[in-house]
Amino acid sequence: MSKTTTSAPEGQDNDQDLGAAGSQLSTAPREETANLPALGVVGWIRWFWRQLTSMRVALLLLLLLSLAAIPGSLIPQTGIDAMKVEDFRERHTTLAPVYDKLGLFNVYSSVWFSAIYILLFVSLIGCIVPRTWQFVGQLRGRPPAAPKRLTRLPAHTTWRTGAKPEEVREAALELLKKRRFRAHLAGDAVAAEKGYLREVGNLAFHIALIVMLIAFGWGQLFKSEGNKLVVEGDGFANTLSQYDDFKSGSLFSNDDLEPFSFDLKNFTGTYEASGPNRGTPRIYEADLTYSAGAYGKERSTTVKVNEPLEIGDAKVYLVSHGYAPVVTVRDGKGKIVYQDAVPLLPLDGNVTSSGVVKVMDGYKDAKGKSEQLGFNLFFLPTYGGGTMLSQFPALVNPMLAVSAYHGDLGVDSGIPQSVYQLDKKHLKEFKDDKGELLKKQLKPGDTLTLPNGAGSITFEREVREWAGFQMVQEPGGGWALGGAVIAILGLSASLFVQRRRVWVRATEGPDGVTVVEMAGLGRSESAKVPEELGDLAETLYDKAPGAPDADDPSESPVPAEGSEQQ
Amino acid sequence: MTLAAATNENLANLSNTLIYSAMAVYTVAFFAYIAEWLFGSRSKVARTAAALTPEKAAAKAGPAVTVKKAGGTAVLERPRVTVRAQGGARDVPDGPGAHGGSEKGDLYGRIAISLTVLAFLLEFGGVLSRALSVERAPWGNMYEFNITLTTVAVGTYLVLLALKKNVRWIGLFLTTTVLLDLGLAVTVLYTASDQLVPALHSYWLYIHVSTAIFCGAVFYLAAVSTVIYLFRDSYETKLARGGQPGRFASSVLERLPAAASLDKFSYRINAAAFPLWTFTIVAGAIWAGDAWGRYWGWDPKEVWSFITWVAYACYLHARATAGWKGRKAAYLALGAFACWLFNYYGVNIFVSGKHSYADVGLGALQAVGF
Ligand code: HEM
Repeated sequence: MSKTTTSAPEGQDNDQDLGAAGSQLSTAPREETANLPALGVVGWIRWFWRQLTSMRVALLLLLLLSLAAIPGSLIPQTGIDAMKVEDFRERHTTLAPVYDKLGLFNVYSSVWFSAIYILLFVSLIGCIVPRTWQFVGQLRGRPPAAPKRLTRLPAHTTWRTGAKPEEVREAALELLKKRRFRAHLAGDAVAAEKGYLREVGNLAFHIALIVMLIAFGWGQLFKSEGNKLVVEGDGFANTLSQYDDFKSGSLFSNDDLEPFSFDLKNFTGTYEASGPNRGTPRIYEADLTYSAGAYGKERSTTVKVNEPLEIGDAKVYLVSHGYAPVVTVRDGKGKIVYQDAVPLLPLDGNVTSSGVVKVMDGYKDAKGKSEQLGFNLFFLPTYGGGTMLSQFPALVNPMLAVSAYHGDLGVDSGIPQSVYQLDKKHLKEFKDDKGELLKKQLKPGDTLTLPNGAGSITFEREVREWAGFQMVQEPGGGWALGGAVIAILGLSASLFVQRRRVWVRATEGPDGVTVVEMAGLGRSESAKVPEELGDLAETLYDKAPGAPDADDPSESPVPAEGSEQQ
Repeated sequence: MTLAAATNENLANLSNTLIYSAMAVYTVAFFAYIAEWLFGSRSKVARTAAALTPEKAAAKAGPAVTVKKAGGTAVLERPRVTVRAQGGARDVPDGPGAHGGSEKGDLYGRIAISLTVLAFLLEFGGVLSRALSVERAPWGNMYEFNITLTTVAVGTYLVLLALKKNVRWIGLFLTTTVLLDLGLAVTVLYTASDQLVPALHSYWLYIHVSTAIFCGAVFYLAAVSTVIYLFRDSYETKLARGGQPGRFASSVLERLPAAASLDKFSYRINAAAFPLWTFTIVAGAIWAGDAWGRYWGWDPKEVWSFITWVAYACYLHARATAGWKGRKAAYLALGAFACWLFNYYGVNIFVSGKHSYADVGLGALQAVGF
């Protein structure tokens, strides 16, 4: 390492007096003062465009983007939790309409949010295209020739040598090329530049941002997402009619659904048995057999919470779980009119669940008249005695509470009905001895007998489990990921690589001795430039060793901390 | 099974003991740092003024200053590199550090650093035994997140010290906040050790959360440097204008690095952490894609990670744009760090979202760090 000397600054901004040599060390546009254009539409458009693609406006738009994203995290969003939005509307009757007008319940698809990021990306494209051009030009050209006075550069060194000027330049050219500088001889000096990767990285990063935005937008437009509850032993085929609920992006068409089907063989859930987190799931997985395509080969797999099944563009996620007790309903003559596993919806963390049984046809009452039956079910996987809340999510002491109705379920009216609720408008309660709603708590194997020979309902000794699956197709994920990877790599190159120039001038001094001058130029953040220059100078010095000096009295050694920091 | 449980229990208790011990040692270190500053205040250093007052600067402009680095072995003198301050930056030397050149102060400073090392080892042990007790990475809840965060921040500080970077002056600020943070962790945020819910079982958790912790620790160091930069910068401006700063301000600020050094330090750290923060968000998106069926859903935590990211991008942009360097850029950096802080504490405490695991149907495990 050679010695470093610090001298007081003279010029204010050395970019100005370096001319071409200092230019284009980056392709960042120069800041212009906002001169208002002369009149004329074209003038105004050009002015507007120049403003939009300036770094200042880019910065402003970025700031705006971060501010605009804030309200969406504090105000409930329809796209995330529609229930919360409804709740908010009920509680804030004056505020809600204002929020509605401002799009505050849909911040990320609102006009103003879109306007900001679209402007930002227009600005980005308007910035990237000329910068790429300019950079290609720089790659085609050569590093600019040495400025007249190398002493004005931020890092500079000089010595006298016995070697011939041509020899020094030759050696310098070789050295710089070996250090992977782009170097060439221009006049009496070698001009070299290194670190183009910085610019490549920066451009790649900004382009990757555009790719990510497009991929994200594409994904939203062609996205589809639906849920299906499957009881152990049952299956699912990926067609629209099979979904419990389904939503899709505006350009999605039903043909886009990936063809596949699967059967749920078994669901396994185990839970923490003690401690403060008692009841939190430990193992939580579903064993499936599935086949891709219409006639695909059948395969087995296990789907876990963080490990969806991927079939083509589609992913199958395990999102929920519950119990489906097997229930048998008989008529007065003992004929089975209903026997099935009834999936119940969990109400709390310990899977206290509720649901209904609807016996729609095949049932005749004691008098032989056709009627419909309805049962409300309330299920506790672990009944602790006392409260009607489950004590633990696993099946430890199952209990099924049943209440019974008869009459018209209202299913034939054509109005869509929840499969988890009874519409009691045309239903009559079965009554017990005291004239109250007939209900009973059943253990597995127990039966509730309906009054007056109306039949019975039995809780069989079998409780199946069901798993809720979410099927998601979101094209463009690969592009988004690719863009993200390029963005990170590009960003790292952009921030860690220094772009810098080195000049080596060798001329014959007035006394016939060769004077070598070296100078380095980087951007203001690069502390490595003087260091590297010293290193280069030292290597070159070995090839062109110093000649006895015509004493240089202008500098005397004094320790200085300033030049050594970090 | 019961044996394993007992081992885990013991490890968990050991972890708590180690964390409390670390806090005790940090407290002693804190007082040692204070002693360093106090003894340092007696020395009279005024190099900033010397460099900035007109007469002195004129005197200085004559002979250049030479720094002897690795001693040259050549007979003839080796070439010397002359460096000029760029872009009109002030040419001010760094302060001598908290001890202000006083030997006694320096001694206390060294004691403080040794204590910090000890506390770091204890805390590291605490984090490690916590991890062993739960048989997973110790990043499942806010408590674990906090003890890891402070460990990483102190570790980074010690590594920078070992690399001979000019960071010794951060010591007092760092131990102060570490103590506050640990105090918060053991009182408000404490969670008994336990395993994770399945939604958190993913190697992306380890990747995402570990980089998030690292970024936080590093952003924090940069933020401290930025705040000090703002003070030191006004101090230098005042001196350059011929003003006379107050005695306390001069005593403290005089001993800190020059504004330009502080600015550069925080820039470097922020710039180095930014790609990693980008990676953290991408890793989180991949994890969300696996766990929730969408890689980006504008969940509050995601929103604030995004805001933090854009804010740091603003800061980097600002530095590349003329007219926004220096103080303005520093305010942006602080704003960005405020976003990070809000994402870490605020979102968990004030805003409910998917990251609280209440609505995944898997039982409630509140306030998971990320
Ligand atoms: C989508 C929003 C944008 C983001 C997130 C973003 C982010 C960044 C980041 C992080 C850097 C720092 C890298 C470095 O210092 O080398 C950077 C540099 C840069 N950005 Fe952007 N940018 C965005 C939009 C734009 C726009 C619209 C323009 C043009 C008007 C632009 C022009 C530049 C330029 C010229 C640099 C390099 C400055 C230099 O050479 O140091 N960026 N950008």
